[in-house]
Amino acid sequence: MAEKSKGVERPLSPFMIGPYYRPQLTSMTSILTRITGNALIVSTLLVVWWLFAAATSESYFNFANAILTSFVGDVVMTLSALGIWYHFLAGLRHLYFDAGHGMDIPTAEKLGWACIIGSVVLTILTIVIV
Amino acid sequence: MRYLTDRKRAVGKGASGTGTEHHRYMQVSAVGLALIVPTFLYIFGHALGSDYATVQATFARPIPAILTGLVLVFGLKHFNAGFQMMIEDYARGTARKASVIFMTAFTYALMATGLFALAKLAL
Repeated sequence: MAEKSKGVERPLSPFMIGPYYRPQLTSMTSILTRITGNALIVSTLLVVWWLFAAATSESYFNFANAILTSFVGDVVMTLSALGIWYHFLAGLRHLYFDAGHGMDIPTAEKLGWACIIGSVVLTILTIVIV
Repeated sequence: MRYLTDRKRAVGKGASGTGTEHHRYMQVSAVGLALIVPTFLYIFGHALGSDYATVQATFARPIPAILTGLVLVFGLKHFNAGFQMMIEDYARGTARKASVIFMTAFTYALMATGLFALAKLAL
């Protein structure tokens, strides 16, 4: 009855894209889910800062609001909308894959395009409505 | 000495030691967030760029305040779990432990700041 051995060097997740696999739509749309999800912390930080400013004082709110609606702010917020919609669609795709559906190549590629095109369409819709 | 065999201790737990708990959490929070994020984007998008009084009035209403609170808490918890997954895929040892701890602390700090602001606006 051996005790749990110490210091086991478990393998890391192999990074396959590049050296072993040529980039494909399915792998690219998958890694983009992780990139958008993690990048959204920047958007969250800005939104929390804006809320905090609104709760602090009118002058501080006007300052934060001006930064977030400046040209750079607009670019960041538009990219955030694109990122969140992409992550939204790719997340739904992930749940669909997890349930064991859509794993054949033609369907998986179609779903990849659906995430890319869908996120652009939803971002434009968001800009129009908001 | 433990009276369990190695096999018995490991069954159902996997390399993470917590089994499929993390994965299930990501799935459940993803579904929850998918339901509330579109409405939150609408509320926030409308509030962003409007004047101070409008923003105060918006977050004083129950639905915008409750939705924003939910997005803050579960969005950040979902983020933190996803970040941990990324770090566990690409880093090991002290770098892994330190970055996961740092980001967990940062995530909760951000959550608390957001909730404080929201409480002040809503009440």
